[in-house]
Amino acid sequence: MPHVPDVAVVGAGPAGLAAAVQAAEAGLGVALIDTAGQPGGQYWRHYDENHARPNDPAGHHGWPAFTRLRDRMYALRAAGRIRYLPGHQAWLITREESGAFTLQMTATTAAAGGTDRTLSARALILCPGGYDRQLPLPGWDLPGVMTAGGVQALLKGHRTPAGRRVVVAGTGPFLLPVATGLARAGVTVAAVVEANGTLGWLRHPVGAISAPGKGVEALQYAALMARHRIPYRTRTVIREILGTDRVEAVRIARVDRDGRPAGPDEEMAADVVALGWGFTPSLELPLMLGAETAQDVDGSLVVTVDDRQRSSVEGLYVAGEATGVGGAALAVHEGRLSALALAAELGRPADPAAMRRLRRAVRRGRRFAAAMHRTYPVPRAWPQWLSETTPVCRCEEVSYGDLRRAHDDLGAEDARTLKMFARPGMGWCQGRVCGFATAGIAACLHGRETTPEDLRSLATRSLAVPVPLGELAALAEGTTPAEATGTEWRGRDGD
Amino acid sequence: MTADLVVVGAGVVGAASAYFASLAGVRVVVVDRGAIAGGTSSAGEGNLLVSDKEAGPELDLALYSQRVWREELAEHAHLWEFEAKGGLVVAASEQSVASLRALAVQQRQGGVEVRDVTRTELRDYEPHLSPELVGGAFYPQDAQVQPMLVAAHLLRLARERGAQVRTRTEVTGFLRDGTRVTGVRTTDGDIPAGAVLNASGTWAGDLADLAGVRVPVLPRRGFVLVTQPMPPRTIRHKVYAAEYVGDVASSDAALQTSPVVEGTAGGTILIGASRERVGFDRTVSGTAIGTLAAKAIALFPILREVRAMRTYLGFRPYCPDHLPVIGPDPRAPDLWHACGHEGAGVGLSAGTGRLIAQAFVGERPDLDLTPFAPDRFGDAEEVLR
Repeated sequence: MPHVPDVAVVGAGPAGLAAAVQAAEAGLGVALIDTAGQPGGQYWRHYDENHARPNDPAGHHGWPAFTRLRDRMYALRAAGRIRYLPGHQAWLITREESGAFTLQMTATTAAAGGTDRTLSARALILCPGGYDRQLPLPGWDLPGVMTAGGVQALLKGHRTPAGRRVVVAGTGPFLLPVATGLARAGVTVAAVVEANGTLGWLRHPVGAISAPGKGVEALQYAALMARHRIPYRTRTVIREILGTDRVEAVRIARVDRDGRPAGPDEEMAADVVALGWGFTPSLELPLMLGAETAQDVDGSLVVTVDDRQRSSVEGLYVAGEATGVGGAALAVHEGRLSALALAAELGRPADPAAMRRLRRAVRRGRRFAAAMHRTYPVPRAWPQWLSETTPVCRCEEVSYGDLRRAHDDLGAEDARTLKMFARPGMGWCQGRVCGFATAGIAACLHGRETTPEDLRSLATRSLAVPVPLGELAALAEGTTPAEATGTEWRGRDGD
Repeated sequence: MTADLVVVGAGVVGAASAYFASLAGVRVVVVDRGAIAGGTSSAGEGNLLVSDKEAGPELDLALYSQRVWREELAEHAHLWEFEAKGGLVVAASEQSVASLRALAVQQRQGGVEVRDVTRTELRDYEPHLSPELVGGAFYPQDAQVQPMLVAAHLLRLARERGAQVRTRTEVTGFLRDGTRVTGVRTTDGDIPAGAVLNASGTWAGDLADLAGVRVPVLPRRGFVLVTQPMPPRTIRHKVYAAEYVGDVASSDAALQTSPVVEGTAGGTILIGASRERVGFDRTVSGTAIGTLAAKAIALFPILREVRAMRTYLGFRPYCPDHLPVIGPDPRAPDLWHACGHEGAGVGLSAGTGRLIAQAFVGERPDLDLTPFAPDRFGDAEEVLR
């Protein structure tokens, strides 16, 4: 293993795991950095491997694909060809004059170690994945309201059902595995509340033909929904979440295509609400390096890559959800393609036929993803669901009314200015939760469509995660914090 | 609408100028190529400082601005979170304390309130200060505002008095009648006007170039670190090390950092201040933010475990003699300037705006503008361009 690895792969989900394995097998020295304590990412999140049970893979898609990749990764690590760093979060990436990337890292989970603080690599493959996209609505700050992904993570990672009677709401096919997973665990799913039409993507010829396997998957979910008698309410949204100290019920209503209420309200009891509006790619690391971004079909900001997963920044490859939300199978193709493209770039043998096959698979996957995004859009009129007092940014307690006033009275015409005047996205999560919504509200208030610039101003994070000042201090070149303490301050007259 | 005055730049200085001019009955149009407070106004800490200034024209302007903030603008102070928190300058050696005392003598003569602070009294001001510090000076006049809200509210108030604000409108040239300036050409059409005020901050030199005059404003980059929200009054004043004053006055291009630590209304703690001349490079410098963190910890050891949530950077509009450019430009009649305030633009904006308005309507300004004359730069400064 060379001192400076050829490539650092960030993220050990489907894309990162595939990229790391492929790069190492192509002969590159690889460092694989992941925030979690074990590989799999969000998609293949599973119970502690040291206490695995045969039933853990139940409800997991592509589990054999995962275990194969994991076993290859562990074998390559044992052979000294992958340096695997679980429990590490990269919080700052800078570029050396030599072109090498330097990653500053901090520990995430004590159990996993996380003791390395810096790492340099000649190239980078960023596979940061994504997380649940959230939209604010009245009552969404009540205890018992969770993200659909959070509910899923509790179930997969901790074998813990989030509640006893759950309403799963939002849009997209991801609501189905969440609902059926809960039902399998014995939870009553009061309803799946879907803002768009029923399984419409089966009827979307381009998309359905592009990925025939997905159609089968959908039929399986439909069968599971029927078996567990889970009501599937389409063109319906939650208008308000009700409760005093925690969730007690939801008020739902039919909506038109754009999400405008088009029917009477109906109340439904629940102790947990699982919300999911698709996914938001995690872009802080690519943005930190200046990678070009654009708006995808689903409205998310994504990194622009070429047909070899190369970003606009030399030596920076990006794979998986960060280049467009498209699911695990596509992410694996992209991860592999990025690794082969990098190997070829560095003069290692990379099978051109394999690369062609992967490029075709990526194109097919992208077409399918685009068809899905068109079928399950975030309804255009969603800001109309908000009341003046609905919190948008929960960290800084900024309401929709605060944002409206910042626009109407103070002239905040874009998301960045809205953030400056009213503080949404300025708190602990740095806009991860409210970023997409704030960008949409900024645009809606000013009577226009959301722009990539709106999204960028809330997706850019100068530090990828909050980091103790003591660790930051260690960055000062040739200065340890202890040395800095002893600095003799100059008197002002001596200058 | 025919304008008496087009203000180019919707930052704090442009906003204050537009506000006071509107108040005096001037018909104002404000244009900015970006958004309100989109430049350096949104990249600082919102300082209203007298403590870091040696006796001279800048201190006079700072003291005059203090009066404007606290009197003329008093009724609006809550809108921009005005807080008279006071500044505490601390020293780590007896020698530093001695130079602090000497400066205080000079500042008092200029009208600054300064209290000498002994080693034991330091902890009464700031309980978490490092015990290694040996003394300091307290400046009760130092205050803080939220600068983006200053710009936004002053422009709102100006609009209520008839001003027009046009964002996303970039000036591409000047309308001329001989040497006289008669308006601006913009990406959104021509705006004829009686006069034009260059309040474009760090970019003021480029705008002056369009008018064929030279105003040597250069960018001086600075980083600020923002911590997680802390309990109220963890850090009560603006606290900085004695070396800060030397750094502010220096013209060195290399990185300089001096710790400046203060709390905000939102609970976060702001840590500055770095200075370096690297053009408009927006890359985060690990060395700069690492040094800031190390020096802040040296002042307040409890900060070691506190997390930084983000860092931001900005470009101070800096002139070679560290003085702003304020007043009419004799080289291009009816072109005015209010720019080049370096790191003190927020504090100096109120006074600058009022003085510009007074001079513009033909009143004698409360403060002599001669030291800030736009044509004061000789050829010697060419080297710095």
